[in-house]
Amino acid sequence: MKHLYEYRNSEQVKRLIQAIDKVVLNPWNIMEICGGQTHSIVRYGIDEMLPDKITLLHGPGCPVCVTPITVIDKAIEIALKPYVIMTSFGDMMRVPGSQFDLLHAKAKGADVRVLYSTLDAIDLAEKNPEREVVFLAVGFETTVPLHLTAIKEAKRRKLTNFSVITSLFTVPAAIDAILAEKDCKVDGFLAAGHVCAVMGYHEYHPLAEKFRKPIVVTGFEPVDLLYGIYQCIVQLENKTGKVENAYQRIVTEAGNLKMQELMKEMLVPADQAWRGIGKIDKSGLKLADAFKDFDALEKFGASIHTQDIETITQTRCIAGDIMRGNKQVADCPFFGVKCTPEYPIGAPMVSTEGVCAAYYSYTNFKEQAWS
Amino acid sequence: MELNCPLPVTEAEYILLGHGSGGRLTRKLIDEVFYPAFRNPILEQDHDGGVFAVDKKRMAITTDSYVVDPVFFPGGNIGDLAINGTVNDLACCGAKPLYLTVGFILEEGFAIADLKVIVNSMRKAADKAGVFIVTGDTKVVERGKCDKIFINTSGVGVLDDDINISPAKACAGDVVICSGPIGVHGITILSTRESLGFETSLQSDTAALNGMLNELCGQIKDIHVLRDPTRGGVSSTLNEIAQTSHVEIEIEEALLPVPEVVRSASELLGLDPLYIANEGVVLVILPSEVSEEALKIMRSFPEGKQAVIIGTVKSSERASVKLKTLFGGRRIVTMLNGDQLPRIC
Amino acid sequence: MCLAIPGKILRIDNSVPDLKMAKVDFGGMIKDVCIQWIDANIGDYILAHAGMAISIVNEEYAKETLADFEKLAKFN
Repeated sequence: MKHLYEYRNSEQVKRLIQAIDKVVLNPWNIMEICGGQTHSIVRYGIDEMLPDKITLLHGPGCPVCVTPITVIDKAIEIALKPYVIMTSFGDMMRVPGSQFDLLHAKAKGADVRVLYSTLDAIDLAEKNPEREVVFLAVGFETTVPLHLTAIKEAKRRKLTNFSVITSLFTVPAAIDAILAEKDCKVDGFLAAGHVCAVMGYHEYHPLAEKFRKPIVVTGFEPVDLLYGIYQCIVQLENKTGKVENAYQRIVTEAGNLKMQELMKEMLVPADQAWRGIGKIDKSGLKLADAFKDFDALEKFGASIHTQDIETITQTRCIAGDIMRGNKQVADCPFFGVKCTPEYPIGAPMVSTEGVCAAYYSYTNFKEQAWS
Repeated sequence: MELNCPLPVTEAEYILLGHGSGGRLTRKLIDEVFYPAFRNPILEQDHDGGVFAVDKKRMAITTDSYVVDPVFFPGGNIGDLAINGTVNDLACCGAKPLYLTVGFILEEGFAIADLKVIVNSMRKAADKAGVFIVTGDTKVVERGKCDKIFINTSGVGVLDDDINISPAKACAGDVVICSGPIGVHGITILSTRESLGFETSLQSDTAALNGMLNELCGQIKDIHVLRDPTRGGVSSTLNEIAQTSHVEIEIEEALLPVPEVVRSASELLGLDPLYIANEGVVLVILPSEVSEEALKIMRSFPEGKQAVIIGTVKSSERASVKLKTLFGGRRIVTMLNGDQLPRIC
Repeated sequence: MCLAIPGKILRIDNSVPDLKMAKVDFGGMIKDVCIQWIDANIGDYILAHAGMAISIVNEEYAKETLADFEKLAKFN
């Protein structure tokens, strides 16, 4: 695939590793925000290839992992209604609520279907006028325009049997919250390239200035990741803290303006709870009043108030500390023993791109269950 | 240590789809439900079929049920699959497949014209594999009680005395040969799913491998393991072998025969080709000294034309499968956890 | 988050108002993608996420970045 495999070239990877090796003098902690980047890093063993001075911390950027339990519970409750077809991305199917996940709901009789795209749910709703088609719409800024386009299309087709449960997160507020912590260990950030494709990176300048830390817009392939890390290290060694773009073929400073307009038209900022982390002010998005007809929770009278949402502070799962960069996966006593992808305890074990699941699949440094 | 967590750590008390996916959940079901009830030395060979002797003549028996949606797919249908799958399971025991039985479970309302098409392809597949369908059974269930048509086939075959193939026999110094491109069947089936909707030029690789495998077993006497990586894909099959043989199997990413389209589809859907089902591929594990000869034999058959060595077997205290990545790093390859689902993340 | 893959636009379908669609070739796999929010033409490489094009691949920058790596290697 053009524009993809070039960035997995082992010669390029070697060159970049050498380049990083030459410039790094001091120990640094770099956090990649996005779970997709975490997945690549662990899958390709990038953390192993880097000089020991560089520690990669894995951020909270996986919408599947950070969607609150309450939202999953509501989705399951609605899915179990006989006239409902509950749909979502494959990632959401195994995320446990307080009792069980959507696949278990399916085994109990709910009509739960995996779709590739929110747009597919519109066709499904049109073909099943006697059923209510609900899409569990999770996402960061990358996925949000897709959900909104589906809602617009449903409106155009005058479909009254389509609605969404939203669980939408924004990245800058999360970076702000992580950096503002007193004991924050993060020296520099790799910003999520695909979020920036939509949002641009102008929002990050004030953050870089406020905390005097480099933020480098970074892609997802091994070469892209190493290039982002390289630029971040150069900044750190030069004691600069600005925003740079290491993913120029995809991301512009302004981002996708049409998508941003769409988001302004249809959404309003909201306080948002992050599973494993807690509430972060104005770190989420919800449908504007004009689109309330498509809000499944309104439709089913099942609204969730932010104050009802648990913050999971009482648990010994250290997911929150991991996603804030305070602890490593290796510090967790449950990893791979009591917490596995089949029976996850913490958020990052939930999605295949969650940091714990990535480590479990690709390194699994503790005993596997069957051995 | 007390676990104080708001999430459940309870195991499922009922069957999930993942229990049939050929991965870890399937293994759990076998180990915790079936083995305790049925345990005996033949079953514990942990093979694709049971091998036993009648009047000193060695035989293999196997059974498999086929449920596939859609029933007709590019490159075949449920009928071909049901013949080839059972033939291949026998061949993977080192047996020469001879006779098959067929059981149909049909849904009320299923078109007889479709059934005829399926049955004719079964006949063709049986002819091609050189086996006879010698008895059968039909049941019809009410509409909605099964999905169009389910087929069970069982088969018996005979083995030469000097053949000793078993998933427990992989040992240090062996190499792993993969007979052909991986992931083709699984991606073909996915491409037909309305909810995913994509077009490829792929066709299922469903094929009987007994011609090639019988020739291989006839020529090379110290083949250690034969296994077709169907559900759960190459990684789940290798994990089972590693576990049964108590060895480490190391495969190399650069050597894996993944066709371009399978790779692309996997990228787009967020799947790993190592976990995708195959219906015309076999993994052969044998001493490296005889690997060139084996490759030569396999490549002389159309279904083994692209046979390649993908890895080696090492002794290890811990049974595991490792992958040497394109960049020289090593990572663990686990068994499939539930079904692979297309993902956005 | 956000698996997104580059593909090449083969055909554009304007038949649905406000929902511009395209047939996109992802390395031999053809899939429908919504291109409503980008200004793309046939032959362009776009980046698609769950059936939605979020960006056009900038070929010039792609070349430039790859050339940058060569330079990096020389300087070091």
